[in-house]
Amino acid sequence: MLLKGKAHLFGNDVNTDDIIASKYKSSTTDMLEMSKYLMGNVDPDFVRRIAPGDFIVAGSNFGCGSSRETAPRVIKLAGLSAVLAKGFARIFFRNAINVGLPVVECDTGGIEDGDQLEVDLTAGLVRNIARGTEVKVAPLPAVMLELLSDGGLSEHFKKHGTFHLQSIEEGK
Amino acid sequence: MGKTIAEKILGKHAGKNTAAGEIVMADVDFIMSVDGNRPLSIQVFREMGGKNLFDPKKFALVIDHAPSSPTATVANTLKLVRQFAREQGCILYEAGEGSCHQLLPERGHVLPGDLVIGTDSHTCTYGALNVFSTGVGVSDAAAAMISGKLWFKVPETIRFVLKGRLPAGVYAKDLILHLIGSVTADGATYKAAEYVGEAISALSMDGRLTISNMAVEMGAKAGLMEADGKTLAWLKGRAARPFEPVVSDPDARFADVLEYDVSKLTPQVALPHRVDNVVPVEEALGRPIQQANIVACTNSRLEDLEIAASILAGRRVHPGVRLYVVPASRPVQMEALRRGILQTLLEAGGILGVPGCGACSGGSHFGVAADGDHVITTANRNFRGRVANPEAFITLASPATVAASALEGKIADCRKYVR
Ligand code: SF4
Repeated sequence: MLLKGKAHLFGNDVNTDDIIASKYKSSTTDMLEMSKYLMGNVDPDFVRRIAPGDFIVAGSNFGCGSSRETAPRVIKLAGLSAVLAKGFARIFFRNAINVGLPVVECDTGGIEDGDQLEVDLTAGLVRNIARGTEVKVAPLPAVMLELLSDGGLSEHFKKHGTFHLQSIEEGK
Repeated sequence: MGKTIAEKILGKHAGKNTAAGEIVMADVDFIMSVDGNRPLSIQVFREMGGKNLFDPKKFALVIDHAPSSPTATVANTLKLVRQFAREQGCILYEAGEGSCHQLLPERGHVLPGDLVIGTDSHTCTYGALNVFSTGVGVSDAAAAMISGKLWFKVPETIRFVLKGRLPAGVYAKDLILHLIGSVTADGATYKAAEYVGEAISALSMDGRLTISNMAVEMGAKAGLMEADGKTLAWLKGRAARPFEPVVSDPDARFADVLEYDVSKLTPQVALPHRVDNVVPVEEALGRPIQQANIVACTNSRLEDLEIAASILAGRRVHPGVRLYVVPASRPVQMEALRRGILQTLLEAGGILGVPGCGACSGGSHFGVAADGDHVITTANRNFRGRVANPEAFITLASPATVAASALEGKIADCRKYVR
C-alpha cells in the first residue's frame, strides 16, 4: 500500500486529550462531527490546513493517555492517511490498527513541517520526496498486518464471526 | 528459565508456556466497559455482528464518567447502556455507584491471577491485587465480549524494588509520582511494571491501588504486585470464587530491575502539563492555586478522604480556593459518612460530587476550572484540557498535599499538618 501526502509536524507525548478533548463527547456522538475538533486543544486551525491523505508526524509516545478509540477514529475520519512517530503509546497503537488507521513507527527526526512524503507500507519505507531521503519503518507484528489487511478488527469479526488469526494459530 | 507474573498469568490464560515477546490468544476472566467512550463498546459489539455476550456474568458496564447526566446527548448514551444491560443480563453499575476502578476490586470481580481488560486506560489499577489487567479500546473490548478472548503480546517486565519505609507525610501517591518522574512518561511503554519490596508491603490496599492505577502514566501495560496477607485479608468476604496468586520466579528475566530507597522521599508534585514533570514539593511551594480536588480512581478512597479530613479538621479552606471532593464509590462515601469524615470535609468548605469521575475528566461536567486557574488534584493526569479547559493548569499531588494547599491557597508542605 502506497500513501502520499504532506507532513504535519507535532512534538513528543501528544496525548489523547490533545488529539480529541473529552469535553466534546457530551455534545455529540457523531464521529464525523467530532473529527472537526481534531487537535482542537493544541492547534484549533489544524483541520482547516489538512488535505486528504496527509500525515501526522510526531516524536515519541504519540497517543499517550486515555484508551479512547475516538482518537484514531477522528484522525482517520478527518482524512489523514497515517500517523508517523518515533514511538507510540501502547493502547493508541492497538486502537489505530483495530480501526484500520496505519501507524508507522520510524525515525521522524529528519522530516520538516510541510514535507511531501510517500509511505510504502508493504516495503516498510518512508520516502521524503522534499528532501530525497528514505527511512525504514519498524515492521508490524504479523497479527496486526492481518487485522489491517481485513480493514480493522470490526471488519475481521464481520468476516469471520470471531478471531481468526493465522499468525497466532501457527505460532508466528 | 523462571517466569514473571505477567508471563505466568498470560501463559495460563493462553493454555501454553509463554515468554516475553510472544503473541498469544488468551481467555479473559472479566471485561469492564465504561460510559465514557465514543462509540460505546456495546455499539461496536453490535456493529461486529455480536448477538449475545460470551458470558454476561463476566461483563460489567459502569456509568461513572458522566453520572450526573449533564446533557441530553449524555442521557441518551446512558439510556443505551441501561438497555443493553437489561437485554443481556450483564452486570450494571448505575450512576452514583462509583468509579469503575474502585468498584471492580471492591465487589470482588477481579481476583489474584486473573486476566482482565477494561475500556479505560487505568484498568491497570487491579495489578495491586495481583491481576494482569490492562486498558483497551472499544473494538478490543467488543471482540472479547463476543469471543471471550483477546490477543496479547506478552510484555517484558520492569521490576521496581522499593526499599525502606515512607516517612510521615509521604504517601503512595508521592512514591508513584517519584517513580514516573524518574523513568518518564514512556519509560515502561510496551512493558509490565512490577512493584515489590518493604515499602509496598507496608502500604494498605488503598495505597497499593493508587500505585498500580498510575502504571499507565509510565506507559506500562500492567502495574503488578504480589498478593500477600493484606491482599488476602482484604479479599475476604469479597471473593466469590477460588483464585490462585502468582509470583515471579527468583530466576525470572526482567527487562530492568530498578532499586529505590524510599525512606528519605519527600512529598512530590507533578507540575503542568506532564505527569512526569515531577519535583519535590519544596521546589513548588507557594505557587497560588484556585481549586483543590480530592477526586478520581487514583486517590479518593477511604484512607485518602481520612488523611485529607485529618488535615482539614477544624479549619476552613482558603477563601480563594474551591475544594471539590468526589468519593471513589458509594460504599466509600457511606463509610466516610459514618465516620464523620464527610462532615469534616464539608465543614472545611468541601463541595461534594457524585461518586465517579467528577472533576477528573472533562466529560464529567463537574469542577471545570476557569482560564488561567491553577488546580491541585489527587487525580492521575495533568494534561492540558484534562478538566475540560485547556487554559487551566493542573498539578498532581497526594490527598495530604492537596488538603494542605487548599488551606493555604498555594502549594503547601503537608508535613507541618501531619502529626
Ligand atoms: S476517575 Fe478519572 S482517571 Fe479514573 S476512570 Fe474516571 S476519568 Fe478515568
